[in-house]
This record gives sequence, structure tokens and C-alpha cells, in this order.
Amino acid sequence: MNASARQRIFAKLRSAPVLPKAAPDVAAWYAAHRSAELPAEKVARFRRHIELAHAEVHLVSAASWPQKLAEILAARQIGRLLLAPGTPHGARARSALTAEGVACPTYEAPIERWKAEMFHDIPASLTAARCAIAETGTLVLWPDAHEPRLMSLVPALHIVLLDAGKIYNTFHEVVEQEAWVAGLPTNALLISGPSKTADIQVTLAYGAHGPKELIVLLQGDEA
Amino acid sequence: MSEHTMQFMPGAGFRARARAAVDNPALRRSFRAAMDFLIAKRSAQFDDPLELETLRTLGEQIRQYNLGKLPELLEQLEARLTGNGIQVHWAETPDEANAIILGICKAHSAKLMVKGKSMVSEEIELNHACAAAGIEAMESDMGEYIVQLAGEKPSHIIMPAIHKTKEEIAHLFHDKVDGVAYTDNVDELIQIGRRVLREKFLVADIGLSGVNFAVAETGTLCLVENEGNGRLSTTAPPVHIAITGIEKVVEKLAHVPPLLSLLTRSATGQNISTYFNMISGARRPGEKDGPHEVHLVLLDNGRTQAYADEQLRTTLQCIRCGACMNHCPVYTRIGGHAYGTTYPGPIGKIVSPHLLGLEATATLTTASSLCGACGEVCPVKIPIPDLLMRLRSEAFSAPHDDPRLRGQGAARSRLMSGVWQIWARIYRSPTLYGITSWLASRFNCLTPSRQGPWTAVRTPLKPAPKRLRDLLKEKA
Repeated sequence: MNASARQRIFAKLRSAPVLPKAAPDVAAWYAAHRSAELPAEKVARFRRHIELAHAEVHLVSAASWPQKLAEILAARQIGRLLLAPGTPHGARARSALTAEGVACPTYEAPIERWKAEMFHDIPASLTAARCAIAETGTLVLWPDAHEPRLMSLVPALHIVLLDAGKIYNTFHEVVEQEAWVAGLPTNALLISGPSKTADIQVTLAYGAHGPKELIVLLQGDEA
Repeated sequence: MSEHTMQFMPGAGFRARARAAVDNPALRRSFRAAMDFLIAKRSAQFDDPLELETLRTLGEQIRQYNLGKLPELLEQLEARLTGNGIQVHWAETPDEANAIILGICKAHSAKLMVKGKSMVSEEIELNHACAAAGIEAMESDMGEYIVQLAGEKPSHIIMPAIHKTKEEIAHLFHDKVDGVAYTDNVDELIQIGRRVLREKFLVADIGLSGVNFAVAETGTLCLVENEGNGRLSTTAPPVHIAITGIEKVVEKLAHVPPLLSLLTRSATGQNISTYFNMISGARRPGEKDGPHEVHLVLLDNGRTQAYADEQLRTTLQCIRCGACMNHCPVYTRIGGHAYGTTYPGPIGKIVSPHLLGLEATATLTTASSLCGACGEVCPVKIPIPDLLMRLRSEAFSAPHDDPRLRGQGAARSRLMSGVWQIWARIYRSPTLYGITSWLASRFNCLTPSRQGPWTAVRTPLKPAPKRLRDLLKEKA
């Protein structure tokens, strides 16, 4: 039945008039309507937009961010942070936080073996962002074996480390300059704030299904 | 087991449902307030008219270019997805789509399916099919969850529960969710939904979602959402099934950013949604989460009928933002349920005839003042008023020998076409016209005082005692 559904659909599509249209020039539109900004402008634009979407942004330095991370957790009385010790930032965070008495569970096993624990007992997580987009205040994440997909989704607090030098002007620029066509991960994500909904009487509420809080540690040259 | 109990019969019941909706002040307040809110939010996003106009033109070009190559792009998409380990299925009808999905569920002995928001799953009545097969299908988008609890259907394609007040939702949660005290605090209500649904995400066997854009060159399924339920549905369960219409394919990844911008800004007035989820494969060796299987069901259900006609093909440009309904004076007054179709409002009126046939939807095409607002705000420039006129004439004209549209001529009435034929005869002949207008003005006292729907809310029409030509003669 299934193969024939495919055949019938294609037969109908192929019997329709062929109406070729010129290829759209997406790059030209972006060149005309989106200017390339200086790094400081991109940082400011990124920050303005993601803060409008209710994310919290802290400017940090390469040296100071683990300290800021510890402060954020202490202020919320969170004593457990899911992190990836196999990454340089995860390893640094773990050594800084363990000294502060924060437990640092890791995503060692496939989710099937600890799904209930992930859903019930992990209050916060730390991941890096691959890059970001100034136009919309967006973090770009490519989950991998170290920082799997659910790490940025299930914990109520998601903390993201972002290198200020990796902010692009637009999503289009990201796709083009990073040559995404050459190879995408199983899951690529754009994240632009904590989870939210306006489904009840158009009243905005945060923490619908994903993180209730999104905190960006924006790492520049100085802080 | 929750189940949709509301039955929909478009066409026949439309006038009665519209009447009832117009008579319901609370419902009208809900829609008016929500639509005003969305109109203002969208307009704030597009503060530069030149940017908006050029971006809409680009959106139209992208959609038309991709529709122009639809057969080859679908083949490319299928090949790339298959290469990425995503299984592709084809369904010509809703029944076929349901059979495919239930087949996958059965192969995994699935008991619970969590659903991210998918209008195509509404279109095929998947929840009914699941219930009949003993599978619980649980909506997880907050608005969809609310309408499912209430045994209703979405009244808006983006904001499914927009017809309900927070007090109604508070009562609903209190009555239907175990151990919930009455609260009409929106944050608390959302947290109740979060708690209930998290436990479902934890144990669900199948996650189902729609697709906003399917990218042919990379084999990628893109999903737009704010809540995170779409990501959970496509990530937490061991199997992910996506379903979408065959028109959603774009050739290039570079086509996605402008369409995404148009979609979120037009739909909810956000410069981007909270999440944009791009799925290019099932879990690979070494990865620790994500579904082990990903399936895509590509549905026709009448889309090929629209595709076959150059003018009607523009219907398929739609990216489902809902801006046309937000700006529609008819939709705002009668709400989404009155239409009786999965897709309400202007887009529903031009899509549904292909899904259900004109025999079931002819009345809907007349539910428009042709004010043109829908066409003006459409982010991909679908000429909705022109399509409405076309569908009206297809529905009300004499049946063609070779009807390309299902239900063509179905709304034709002998009386009405007889009247118009007489009218045309009179207007073609100056003599006949002169005699008729003379008789009409001379015997205007014979005009009936009841003139159908016209006199329901207006005074009767009556020819003037003297015709224009008589008045001019007197002046001369």
C-alpha cells in the first residue's frame, strides 16, 4: 500500500504543469537589509534581545567565569549541577564547584538508564554554546556525546557559556560561514530564552516545559 | 482516556455555528482581545515597511521556487533523510497516514504517545485513530493539552485554546486533573500542566511532532516552538514520528532563515521563537539521548489537487503563521470553531476545499467580506481573496465536464442560477432593461417586505418610484 501511495502522489505531481521559478537570492536580501556590525555592537544586540526574552546575561572573563557560576548556584541554593567533564569548560567548572561543595553529576550513561533521575533530580545544567546570533539574541547549540540534547532541556536552570567572539550577525550568516550544508549534527538547536507560553489568555508565562531560567555567561576579554 | 468528542461538519452547520458564536459575548471578547494583541505584536516587529515588503517578496519567491521543483525536491528529501537514518513514509489519505503511524506504534508495543503541536495530526484525526487502537495520545503543547482536556479542538492554528478564559481553564484543571485546587493564576496553571506532562514525557513510548520546514539538501526536519514540548516530544521518547504535508519542503538550508523570520514575526510578533529545533537523524552510536528511530510521514490529502492548478498552487506557499486569521474581521467575530474545519480563518477557507472537497466547504468560501486584510499580511503573499473568488466560482458554477476540483459545482442552485440567467438576459438588452426597470419602479408597492437574509437585519429594498433615466429626462 505504501509504495503505491508514493507512486500515486508522484504521478499526480508529475502530471501537474511545470512552472519553474527563478531561484531566490537570499544572500542579496541579507546584504541589503542586515549590516555587519562590530564585535561590541553584536554583543550589545545579542544581549538586548536575549534579555528581552527573559534570559539573564553575565559578562565574565576566561579567568572569572567559574567563580560567577558558583555565585549563581549559591544565590539560588542549588547544590547540584549537571556538567560535561570531558569538555575543557566542564572540567574547569567541576574543579571549581567541587571545591565549593557543589555536586557535579555527569551525563555518563545513555538516557534510558537514568531518565527518571534526569527528570526529577537534576535542578541545573551547564553547557557551552557553539556560537550565537545578534539579530535575534539566539544561542546556537550542537548537542553531542559530551553535552547531549536533553542537557539543555530538562533541568529547570540552564546555564550557557558563550564566547563573545563567536557572535554572528544573523542566522543566515551562521549557516553560510560555518558551512552547515557540509554536515549537520543529529540535532542542531537555536535557543532564544527560557521556555515560555502564552497559550492561556495570551498571558506570558515562563517555564512551560523546558528550563524556567536561562543564564548566559558571556565570556569576553575582560569583565 | 482523553478523546476529542466534538464532531465537525463544515458547510451545513456553518451558519448556525457562526450565529451562536456571534451571540456569545465572552467568546467574542476572548477573540477580539487576543487578535488585537497579536496584531499589535506583529506590527511592532515589522516597523520598517520596506524591510517587510522585500522580505515578504523573498518569502514568496522562496516558496514558489521550491513548489516549482516539488517532485524532485521530495525525491531529494527522501534520499537525504534515508541517508541520515530517518525512515520516510508516504500517505495519500488521512487513513493511510493513521495506518502508518499506528503500524509504527504497534511494532513498538506502544501504549503512550506524547504529541508536540501538529496541525497535520489534527487534519488526519490521529487522536481518534490512536484511541480506537488503544493507544493514549497525549497533547503536550499547553494550548493543545487544554483543548484535549476539554474534549474540544483547536480554535486557532497557533493558539489552540484562545477561545477559553483563564477562569474556564482553572475550572477545567480543577475538574479534570487529579489533586488540583482551583487557581486562575496563569503561572500556577502552566506549572500544573508542566508537572502532569513531564511525567508523560518520562514514560512515553512514541513522540509525535509536525514539521515547519523540511530541508532537502541536508535531510533536516525543522520545528518552531516556544514551550520546549516539541523538543521533549522529539528527544525523550525512544521513537519520534514526524508528520507533515508534502508542500513543506525547501531545497536549501539558506532558505530557512528568512522563512523562520517571517513565520515567528507574523505569527506571534516574536523576532524568533524560543526554540528552533533542527533534526537530521536518529541517535548515532556514541550519543546518549535522542530517539533510536525517526520517521517522517509525508501526507498528500488533497494537496496535489491544489498543486495541479497554477493559481491554486499558491495555496501551498503557506507557512502556517496564522496572521491571516488574526487580521480577519470574520474570524475575529466568529472564532475558529464555527468554521468546522481543522484550519479555520482565511487560510482554512482556501485549504479546506482541497482536503474535504467543495461539497463540504462551499459555504466557507462565502464567509468573507473580501476586505483583503489576509492577503496584505500574508508573509508569503498568497493572494487569498483571489483564491476565495476562484473557489466560490468553482463551487457555484455549473459542473464542468472535466472537474479538476473535488465538489466543483456542488453549491450550484437551480433557482439561483436561473435568476442570474434572467438577470443577464435583461441586462444584455436595452429594451428589456427599460421595460423591466419601468415595471419595477411603477409597481414598487408589490416588492415583498421579506427578502431572505437581507431583511433579517435591514429594511427591505424597494425600487425608487422614478428611475434615474426618468429623473434625468425631467431635468433636461
